[in-house]
Amino acid sequence: MAKVRFTSHLVRHRPAPMIEVAGTTVAEVLERGLAGDDLLKSYVLDEQGRLRKHVTIYLDGLVIGDRLRLSDPVGPQSEIYVLQALSGG
Amino acid sequence: MATLWVGSRKGLFRFDQMQAGWQSAGPPAFLAEPVSALLDDPRDGAIYVSLYHGHFGCKLQRSDDRGKTWVELPAPAYPKSEAADAPALEFIWCFAAGGADEMGTIWAGTLPGGLFKSTDKGQTWELNAPLWNVPGRDKWFGAGYDHAGVHSICVDPRDSRHLVIAVSIGGVWITRDGGASWVIGGYGLRNEYMPPDQAQTPELQDAHLIAACAADPDRIWCQHHNGIFVSDDGGVNWRESMGVKPSNFGFAVAPHPVDRERAWFAPARKDEYRVPVDGRLVVTETRDGGVTYNTLSNGLPQGDAYDLIYRHALVIDGSGNRLAMGSTTGSLWVSDNQGADWQLLTAHLPPIACLAFAP
Repeated sequence: MAKVRFTSHLVRHRPAPMIEVAGTTVAEVLERGLAGDDLLKSYVLDEQGRLRKHVTIYLDGLVIGDRLRLSDPVGPQSEIYVLQALSGG
Repeated sequence: MATLWVGSRKGLFRFDQMQAGWQSAGPPAFLAEPVSALLDDPRDGAIYVSLYHGHFGCKLQRSDDRGKTWVELPAPAYPKSEAADAPALEFIWCFAAGGADEMGTIWAGTLPGGLFKSTDKGQTWELNAPLWNVPGRDKWFGAGYDHAGVHSICVDPRDSRHLVIAVSIGGVWITRDGGASWVIGGYGLRNEYMPPDQAQTPELQDAHLIAACAADPDRIWCQHHNGIFVSDDGGVNWRESMGVKPSNFGFAVAPHPVDRERAWFAPARKDEYRVPVDGRLVVTETRDGGVTYNTLSNGLPQGDAYDLIYRHALVIDGSGNRLAMGSTTGSLWVSDNQGADWQLLTAHLPPIACLAFAP
């Protein structure tokens, strides 16, 4: 199962422990992993299911390519990091 | 004891008027999170705060114990769509409590230009589709943001189904059936920067804020991009205040809750500058329905001031005696005598977006 870890910036707002989820795409993994916590889901994805503009996802060391549909393929040993894009002010 | 809520770029602050004077209640709620709108509901004491997280989207919080604890609620969400450019909530720009006969009903104005309604104290929200699809909406466009937004919601205390809202840029819209249908208002508003043949097009008006006299809701004031306007028929028709000094430009207006002829404004040098005229921060006041204006400055900085007052950061309490004003520079003033004298509470807050007196 893929492992999904969330940035500590997000954990400041919502409990977001590391989760292990089966799935073949990033969308599927997040959909299953965040099922039951719509509020946490709303921190990562907008209401259209797109990755939020200032959030980024690393999949096995690379930034995902599909921010709209999150179709990047996920393997059983994949590591996913949900990070915020740094910005200040 | 009076209480003033201060929505800032770095959290929600509270100030209380004690025997010794106004005092900060201490560190803010939601430290580091920008507050974009707040409401202290006079019907049940619930407090609503929208947070505009830089990374994680717009969030909604409610307190049922006067700010001691908060619960996160689902933010308004636009209907699901497969379109690549399908709308998503950017932020909540304003809240309004429904009528006294609509306990739990809350309205929220949003970017992109939406009006949402909750009938369960913010637990669930529904986009007002008739306004979203209203003919004429194709003329709307963003002013300072990528999209048009709803920043003003006036609920008629005589009839909860009668709302007047304003959109930057999209004009003034009126419903008399609770949002089932909308008609354009704003006749007489004038947008000087538009091409001459479009300057008076109602859907192209940039009302920065509209606010009604609580005791006479047909009297609505408008601080427009292009000046100050007054309506006597609930926002359908407007007349312009001429010759307002030091400037007719600004964002905020605070109408007296009882005296329909009185209102306060926070002028700034238009419009590419947006700072006090000549570095002197003043408030302008009319006592005659917008015919003449007084300049109020006692207690306000009269040199080298660069404070700008945003549209929701000049407010008046229910008595009509106490005003508060917060600036982009993080300064906060209160007047206990209708603006004749101002007291600086602090000059060290984060930029202030919105204020609200506890009812």
